[in-house]
Amino acid sequence: MLPQVEPGHTPGADSLPQAPQEPLRHLLGLEHLSAEQILHILDLAAHMKAVNARRIKKLPTLRGVTVLTFFVENSTRTRMSFELAAKRLSADTMSFTASSSSLAKGETLIDTARNLEAMAPDIIIIRHSCSGAPALLARTVNCGIVNAGDGSHEHPTQGLLDMFTLRERLGDLRGKKVAIVGDIAHSRVARSNIFGLQKLGADVHVAGPATMLPHAIEQLGCTAWPRVEPAMEGADAVMMLRIQRERQGNDLIPSSHEYHRFFGLDEKRLKLAKPGALVMHPGPMNRGVEIAPEVADGDQSVILQQVENGVAVRMAVLYLVAASRGLEPQG
Amino acid sequence: MRQLLSASDLPTDARVLLDRAAIDAVLTQMAADIQAMAWPRDVELAPADRPKPWLCGIQRGGVALARELADVIARDFGWMPELGTIDVTLYRDDTWLKGPRAVEGVTRLPGDVSGQRVLLVDDVLYTGRTIRAALNVLMDFGRPEAVRLVVMADRGGRELPVAADLTGRKLDVARNESAELCVDGQNRLHSVMVRPKNP
Repeated sequence: MLPQVEPGHTPGADSLPQAPQEPLRHLLGLEHLSAEQILHILDLAAHMKAVNARRIKKLPTLRGVTVLTFFVENSTRTRMSFELAAKRLSADTMSFTASSSSLAKGETLIDTARNLEAMAPDIIIIRHSCSGAPALLARTVNCGIVNAGDGSHEHPTQGLLDMFTLRERLGDLRGKKVAIVGDIAHSRVARSNIFGLQKLGADVHVAGPATMLPHAIEQLGCTAWPRVEPAMEGADAVMMLRIQRERQGNDLIPSSHEYHRFFGLDEKRLKLAKPGALVMHPGPMNRGVEIAPEVADGDQSVILQQVENGVAVRMAVLYLVAASRGLEPQG
Repeated sequence: MRQLLSASDLPTDARVLLDRAAIDAVLTQMAADIQAMAWPRDVELAPADRPKPWLCGIQRGGVALARELADVIARDFGWMPELGTIDVTLYRDDTWLKGPRAVEGVTRLPGDVSGQRVLLVDDVLYTGRTIRAALNVLMDFGRPEAVRLVVMADRGGRELPVAADLTGRKLDVARNESAELCVDGQNRLHSVMVRPKNP
């Protein structure tokens, strides 16, 4: 439970303005956030990043808050990034993974979640292979739900950390051209970035083999190309996506080699983008498939900065979700 | 802290307790008191070896005050204190009462705080909760030699055992009123005003 405040306590000297945004009770996706909410998260993340540069990388902000990571799909770095973010805010963390859990013994997702809820976590961070699982949880249990990736729906904290990294390098994203290349159909990273980047005014172009471009993707407002060159041309940043072998990726392309030839990012193709354009990848990357090693390790790559920024962005999200829930009547 | 871009920005129900002339007098006196301030290790150290204190302003009113206080110290005593800023938003004790807030500003210290003498600077001292939070921020960066609290105005109403080492003015402010530092468009101190709290 969240720390309780004495009823009838009169708050003290108060010259600080209240954050004007809607409370963020859950983070299920970027589709339903406003540009102001996204910018508020990113601004807060910049302060969190400064904390991560201190010798004592710790804030007392979420003392007494319990954060549970509930990963029904494999992930190491996203879970570690969330756990580190929670620990840096002094929250207690527990993790629950699918392989060792009752889900493997036939329990339903809702029953498992209700059992977790009985342990009174304040926030559950969920990753699940089914799109919509976090939304189902948000309706079922009385905890803040943070989506750490659901099926091919959204991966909002990845989208936020990508936008944070872009803003750090490019400033205001209005009018900036961002190319997202790869398996758009199965990528939750693409979906979150399409929603988020456009809210911040960026011009989003997606490209991939026709088998990996969802029907009517343009309805989300972006421009779609079955070839990589027009998407790359004059781009300020290029995001390469992984071919997701676990999500039928292999059946959609003839071979990894051919994919690399037509869609992979090598030095020659990178020259189509603006000089100094940023090279991004949500990881884990397949070198020699969607990205050539010399580009992944080159001067324009911000792939490791993305990982670093992920912790700061997740700290901002956990703070906002936990503190927004503090506004609700407890018990 | 409130920024006044024109005279009409001053709320109509506000009473000015300190105007700019009064602030100038207070700053001159405070600078002299800082100059005369004794520190615990003064007896052990030769005057030349005693570290000069940093002025660390609490965002945002304290930051504006620390900057002007440093200018007065430079003018009257010939040395420029190093300046730091401290933001307490993520260290506050009312997060669960009031929900998330926007961070006011950056926390930036001029160097390694360990062994330093630090003057914590705030505009208006009230409940003491901000000072408690600011001390915790400072301790997260290291172990200062000593910390002193310097405030321009003390309005009473303490909820924690906190007292200023140096107070510019004591103000008479009722519980249902708020006292606030006002700055102009260039963040120069303008006045300290009192007005009824928002219902």
